[in-house]
Amino acid sequence: MASPFADGIYIVGVGMTPVGEHWETSLRHLALEAIQTARAEAGGLRPQLIYVANMLAPALSGQSHLGTLVADFAGLRGAEAMTVEAAGASGGAALRQAYLALRSGEAEAALVVGVEKVTDKGSSEVESALATAKDADYESVHGLTDTAQAALWMRRYLHEHGAPADALAGFSLTAHRNAVTNPHAMYRRAIEVEDYRKAAMVSEPLNLYDAAPLADGAAAVLLVRGDRLPPGLTHPPTRIAGSAMSTGALALHDQIDPLWMPAAAESCGRALQQAGLQLEDVQLFELHDRFSVQAALSLEAAGFAARGRGWELAQNGAIALQGRLPVTTFGGSKARGDAGGATGIYQVAEAVLQLQGRAGENQVPGARVALVQCLGGAGGTAATHVLVQEPENA
Amino acid sequence: MAQESTPGAAGRAQGMKPLRDVGLAGYGAYIPRYRLPASEVARLWTGGTGPLPIKEKAVAGLDEDVITMSIEAARNALARAEIDPARIRAVWVGSESHPYAVKPTSTVVAEAIGATPHTQAADWEFACKAGTEALQAAIGFVGSGMAEFALSIGMDTAQGRPGDALEYTAGAGGAAFIVGPAEDSLCRIEMSYSYSTDTPDFWRRADAKYPEHGERFTGEPAYFKHIQAAGEALMQSMGTQASDYRYAVFHQPNIKFPQRAAKALGFRPEQIEAGMLVSHIGNTYAGSALVGLTAILDEAQPGDRILLVSYGSGAGSDAFSLVAGEALPLRRQRATDTQSYIQRRTEIDYATYARLRGKLQMH
Repeated sequence: MASPFADGIYIVGVGMTPVGEHWETSLRHLALEAIQTARAEAGGLRPQLIYVANMLAPALSGQSHLGTLVADFAGLRGAEAMTVEAAGASGGAALRQAYLALRSGEAEAALVVGVEKVTDKGSSEVESALATAKDADYESVHGLTDTAQAALWMRRYLHEHGAPADALAGFSLTAHRNAVTNPHAMYRRAIEVEDYRKAAMVSEPLNLYDAAPLADGAAAVLLVRGDRLPPGLTHPPTRIAGSAMSTGALALHDQIDPLWMPAAAESCGRALQQAGLQLEDVQLFELHDRFSVQAALSLEAAGFAARGRGWELAQNGAIALQGRLPVTTFGGSKARGDAGGATGIYQVAEAVLQLQGRAGENQVPGARVALVQCLGGAGGTAATHVLVQEPENA
Repeated sequence: MAQESTPGAAGRAQGMKPLRDVGLAGYGAYIPRYRLPASEVARLWTGGTGPLPIKEKAVAGLDEDVITMSIEAARNALARAEIDPARIRAVWVGSESHPYAVKPTSTVVAEAIGATPHTQAADWEFACKAGTEALQAAIGFVGSGMAEFALSIGMDTAQGRPGDALEYTAGAGGAAFIVGPAEDSLCRIEMSYSYSTDTPDFWRRADAKYPEHGERFTGEPAYFKHIQAAGEALMQSMGTQASDYRYAVFHQPNIKFPQRAAKALGFRPEQIEAGMLVSHIGNTYAGSALVGLTAILDEAQPGDRILLVSYGSGAGSDAFSLVAGEALPLRRQRATDTQSYIQRRTEIDYATYARLRGKLQMH
């Protein structure tokens, strides 16, 4: 009898290290920790493919060739392994490659591990490394950094849409509230709107609470073809029902409208279409909130809010855990911490916890459908996945 | 043989005690008179915005350096010890601002106070714990019977790159301690302990004028880890706890760090108050915890127990447990007390500071 799972690609194990300043833990040890947890959930499953999501190791750790590094260190020599880099979207991009590889039928099981180690270097070196994801000839050559650009972006958003100065505060408040009960979060501390209003300015109008902290961390997910589900799974598998990736302009100034992320809109639409689902079916949205303005633009690009109205969802409780569309349910990049190229895998692993009913105090009640999106640069890359938890006795 | 007396118990967090009981025969502080308010640094570099880590820092005058300041502190220590300086068999100065790269600070100091020529003399270097490292050595030197008295000094005119976070706090000052037999001392040294690792949190290369630091790396894996490990190991070895101490003093790079370290080790704010000088004189680096100790000795009563834990980048901590003796109240009056040095203040602006510290360089 054919398995009810036969057709799909499933996530059968997840693992995460806390995001933070892992002074005593190296890049490879971080990756190993996440991999071991993910494999343990899948009965020690040995993948044939390994995709490592990372954006900064060559610049900040002097280390490239991460596929082999990780395969070797994790005791998986012989596996086909490589790095996938798409700036902040590296995690989603790596997951997408694993999904495609399994769909091709060439392999049965794939490991996707996102890992980033940034705190060995000072902040100016980190900021320079991050800026390499911009258009070197037209953006970074002028000294533009991620944070400075996000400030320009945010100013434009507030100006064009006539939004108040603290319009985006709700994203930060929600993220911090959700992180309080997340054991792998960097900032497990709730904040009030007054904290946001009084926060130190980083680059006007972007303040400390509009920007996510970049820190160390690793997250891993194990993917298996539905017809090869291994025995000994500790949790019911979660299906990747939709997977899509798209690109826009690399430089923000080349975007037709800087306040519209076509890559985010397109990848989201395609992923949902593949899954045969509508926006209304989505029960939680792990969006990429490296900067608060990105959260608003993601909601608009996906279609959850009209253009210029994304920020309002953060004002009325809609994005809270009990709201209509919970986002950043474990704290997002803002409070869980942004682990660069690993962020996309954290998002997926957290969505899996939600769908499998393992989210503890952060649980979105009855969640069966999750949308997960990570962004590279100023929306230049977007990778979107739809995860679905099928009834166990289907 | 009791475990706590096993000499050099290898690989264990075991406190150290010399064969012969030792104590502080004398102590003395020195803090130069000039003060640069942190608001002045902020005025120049941040337009006056942002939080200030301290109120103000002490700045050495044009004709002052670690040598002259060490001599001042050593003379105060000698006055309280009431001994013939010729009996001092070691003059050791710990600093990261030795005026010469090659040529000892300590020989000049030894000569000036009359300890030459029958004496050891050497300079110590271990970032902010060079002074307490010299103190550990003096305990061993006297405790072994090789010397009757040994002088150890922690003194600095700390460097901070213009505009750097450290420029707010990099201050000047320090203290001198004459270690001698426990009997007849002002303060008995019960036990000590040292904890060191290779941790690159802060450094200055030999040819560099200003130090560099690893931002937040200087906190958790550096300062807190070492101070807490050293403090805990010492108290555990002695079977003491925070409540057994009347006073505690820690290295003070800013206000928050020692407050947090104290709390983690179980100390209440009032236990660290007397030795917390950073807000008024800045971080005096190799002198920091030691000058704090002098302020405590200026007010401690016989029987009061004191915990001192230093921290030096690179990195390590020295911890000491001391008990004030009967002779302290009378003999401490023989020299200028630390609060008097703090109150002797002439406020300067950034321009004067730049001149005094040799920061004006035209190319």
